[in-house]
Amino acid sequence: MSTQDPHKKDIDSVTGIETTGHEWDGIKELNNPAPRWWLWVFYVSVVFSIGYWLIYPAWPTLSGHTGGNKGWTEYSQLKEDQAEQVLERAGLDTKIDTASLKDIKADPKLYEFARAAGAAAFRTNCTVCHGSGGQGGKGFPNLVDDDWIWGGTLDDIYTTIRYGVRSTSSNTRQSQMPAWGKDGLLKSDEIEAVATYVEELHLPGKKGEQSAVSAQGAKIFADNCTVCHGEKGEGMQTVGAPRLNDNIWLYGGEHATIVESIYNSRAGVMPTWEGRLSDATIKELAIFVHSLGGGVEAGAEPTTAP
Amino acid sequence: MTALVLPAPVYNDHVIRQATIASLFWGVVAFLVGVFIASELTFPLLNFDEHFNFGRLRPVHTSAAIFAFGGNALLASSFYVVQRTCRATLWGGKGLASFVFWGYQAFIVMAAVGYLFGITEGKEYAEPEWYAKLWLTIVWVAYLAVFLGTVIKRQEPHIYVANWFFLAFIITVAILHVVNGLSLPVSLVGAKSYSVFGGVQSAMVQWWYGHNAVGFFLTAGFLGMMYYFVPKQAERPIYSYRLSILHFWSLIFLYIWAGPHHLHYTSLPDWTQTLGMTFSIMLWMPSWGGMINGIMTLSGAWHKLRDDPVLQFMIIALAFYGMSTFEGPMMAIKAVNSLSHYTNWTIGHVHSGALGWVGFISMGALYHLVPKLWGKAGLYSTRLVSVHLWVASIGIVLYITAMWVAGIMQGLMWRTYDETGFLQYSFSEVVQAMHPYYLIRLMGGVLYLTGMLIMVYNVWKTITVAPAATPAQK
Repeated sequence: MSTQDPHKKDIDSVTGIETTGHEWDGIKELNNPAPRWWLWVFYVSVVFSIGYWLIYPAWPTLSGHTGGNKGWTEYSQLKEDQAEQVLERAGLDTKIDTASLKDIKADPKLYEFARAAGAAAFRTNCTVCHGSGGQGGKGFPNLVDDDWIWGGTLDDIYTTIRYGVRSTSSNTRQSQMPAWGKDGLLKSDEIEAVATYVEELHLPGKKGEQSAVSAQGAKIFADNCTVCHGEKGEGMQTVGAPRLNDNIWLYGGEHATIVESIYNSRAGVMPTWEGRLSDATIKELAIFVHSLGGGVEAGAEPTTAP
Repeated sequence: MTALVLPAPVYNDHVIRQATIASLFWGVVAFLVGVFIASELTFPLLNFDEHFNFGRLRPVHTSAAIFAFGGNALLASSFYVVQRTCRATLWGGKGLASFVFWGYQAFIVMAAVGYLFGITEGKEYAEPEWYAKLWLTIVWVAYLAVFLGTVIKRQEPHIYVANWFFLAFIITVAILHVVNGLSLPVSLVGAKSYSVFGGVQSAMVQWWYGHNAVGFFLTAGFLGMMYYFVPKQAERPIYSYRLSILHFWSLIFLYIWAGPHHLHYTSLPDWTQTLGMTFSIMLWMPSWGGMINGIMTLSGAWHKLRDDPVLQFMIIALAFYGMSTFEGPMMAIKAVNSLSHYTNWTIGHVHSGALGWVGFISMGALYHLVPKLWGKAGLYSTRLVSVHLWVASIGIVLYITAMWVAGIMQGLMWRTYDETGFLQYSFSEVVQAMHPYYLIRLMGGVLYLTGMLIMVYNVWKTITVAPAATPAQK
């Protein structure tokens, strides 16, 4: 500062260190050197960086950039990693392209590979509706149980995934339950009665016979519903009519929900995956979903009794 | 020796008082919105209205925290520091300083209202559309003129280190803002504009801007604050003048290169990624220089740390600064980045810097400033400062530890493969796994907001009921 004798050193009385002799609003600066360790770590980080530049692509030049001593690029790394995966998969992935579902099922190695691949594809494409464990949700079928709306054999599941349900595909699985209430086909009290009957269908020994209301419901059911849902409510997979005599519900088994289903009809939609996923992936998904616990063997009769 | 010095001029403290109040006001807004969007992530049902869904409110939170709370704290402290360390009143008179203050508030409101209605350029930390950016450019040039003018007409022979940092902050932010903001409006009466850069160039310019917003706004600016308020509060000289020169120039030179580390493993060329990573690593010690100089300024005065919660705020801020400027270079290493990028770890890293460093150094500086600006003998309650310190510190720890665990878990789940290379977790499973950590983060945010409300109460009481300073204390 102008007020200070430039030849006289200003010493900080607390530490005994010289200051730089300047002062701003009462703040001075000590003349300590920068810590040695700080400098050294900085130098090491510079040396590390220079070494890194010698090994990897680093500095732009007039005609491109320095390439490093190994010719490494992110793209070459990707190619290497992909080649490694091709080796690990040992041709199993390409085999799936041509193999039939039956072939895959018969070859344990191929089957395990397809299951793993299907599980991965399921996580990416199916969990949003069907849940990460395939447990489903309201309006989205549970895939872990053995209650199948459109069939539970490998071929059935494959077809459902490939073409979807009420989807935009011309081969889609298609059916439509009438909106019994909305379209005036049944009166409100009739819907109430048939809902009561349906609600009790799965109860052992009762079969909806114990009250006048459910007796009326049984009559309405026999007249209107059995064509698709079967005489005992066992359902019909060829038209996607859900089985009603078990206690598994797509939208809910409470009286009000059943009334809602009958009144408005439901008609849930699953998209067609053909064109969006490869045929191999659809096969893998079928294998995976079939393996979840409820898969039915081809030729086996679907169980009807509760 | 003071006898020969000219008496200090009458400083323009009015604008500083305004910016101090604005900083506290926007701080509450920023933290409140932060708590709300953290709740939206934890309980998605809260996204009930398009204007207040997460996507619209997130830039309101980040802009309010960085530019409104932090920006006003920088306006207040830079105007305070430059006048006192230059022994000169603000250049351009009261009118220009007032224009800077009110113009800046207008920018904040303009930007935030736009976000709520979906008006955004979609560039992180540079969301405002062209009209708001143009307005900010005018305000910012006025800010530079006031600051630089004051430095030029100073009555001290040398420029104090705090002013180097403030000046670097103001100049560089101007350049970053103008270049990254270059865009063409679709029409002069419409809000929409398109960036003049396209593709990967646009991404590179954006993250050159984005990272140096961290480097020059959130680091250099607040280091300027630190270089004045830490020695003032500790009543000790700065530890090392030489260290301040070395770390200032190395920081300024190296920071500007580090942006590409935000674009590792993208279509950005390999060589650019390499430079971004290595310059980030070299940036570690230059960043730490500020922490060392700040903390070592307490040499010979460590006992003050025991009793003075305002000093505690500043020193904890420096500790968080040191921690996040170590974490940053580490996360810039490509191998680490491949795990941490796109995860909550990044959010945790940003908040250890934002809540710990930027927040705490600002709060420390404002606690120091308030009694001086309103001519009070001291704060209404030192005990409440201590309560604030502890509540907010626990909040930060909850926040960042939750985000570390969540981020690393998220990164690991995304890259879990079986032996044939199939991913093992669905995206929705990873989202589900985040829930408990989002809840802990929310609790951390609530604590931090609570601390801020305690501060507002304390400042309000200091202004209204604390005893005035005696002439000697002034």
